[in-house]
Amino acid sequence: MTLTKNQNGSALEIALEGRLDTMTAPELEAELKNSLDSADSLTLNFSKLDYISSAGLRVLLSAHKIMAGKGGMKITGVNEIVQEVFDVTGFADILTIE
Amino acid sequence: MKDITLKARIDNIPKVTAFIDGELEALECSVKAQMQIDVAIDELFGNIARYAYGDEEGDATVSFDFDADTRTALITFADWGKPFDPTAAAAPDISTPAAERRIGGLGIFLVRKTMDDMRYAYRDGKNILTVRKKI
Repeated sequence: MTLTKNQNGSALEIALEGRLDTMTAPELEAELKNSLDSADSLTLNFSKLDYISSAGLRVLLSAHKIMAGKGGMKITGVNEIVQEVFDVTGFADILTIE
Repeated sequence: MKDITLKARIDNIPKVTAFIDGELEALECSVKAQMQIDVAIDELFGNIARYAYGDEEGDATVSFDFDADTRTALITFADWGKPFDPTAAAAPDISTPAAERRIGGLGIFLVRKTMDDMRYAYRDGKNILTVRKKI
C-alpha cells in the first residue's frame, strides 16, 4: 500500500493506493495517530484502493470516532469492491462516502 | 489440487495471496471475484495466524482446487491448532451506532457474505475450512 498525505491548513487528505488489509492497516493507523491532532477534517481518497478487509475497517472506525468530535471524516473514490464491503458490514450507514 | 504449507503468521498472508492469485489469474478469474477472494484470505488466514496456536507457532496449509464445470474455486484452510468453528460464530450487530460498535466477528461475516459457501470440519486433529466462489 502507498499512502500519500496532503495537508491544506487544518484539512488533511490521505490517498491510499493498493490494499488496506491486515499487513497494511497498521501503516494507516500510525499515520493517523501522528496527523489527526492537527487536522480538523479528514478526507480519505480511495480512488486507487483495490480492496479493504476488516483490519482496515477497524482503523476507519477509530478515525471516524476521533473526527466525529471535530470537522468530520469523508471517504471519496470508493470502488465497487470497497463499496460492497461497506454495504454488507453496515459501514455504509456510518461513514460519509462521496 | 495444489497447496502451500507455511507458518501461521500474519506476515505470511502475502505469500498465500500470491499463491491463490496465481491460480486465479491462470483461470481468467474476474477482477471482482479475485479481490473478494483476496479479502477472504486476509480474514481467514489472518484468524488462523492470530488465534489457532495461542502464543505458540504452528503450520497452516492452504489448498486450491477448481471445478471447471461450474467455474467454482475451492480454497481450503487447514491448521492443527485449537478447534474453532468460524461458521458457528454469531453474526455481529451491524445496526448499532459506530461509537458503540464492537468489531469482533466482522471479518468472518464479510467472508460469509462475499463467498458462495463456507464449510467447517474438524478431522484428524485439524480445523478444515473450505470456501467456494464462482469465478
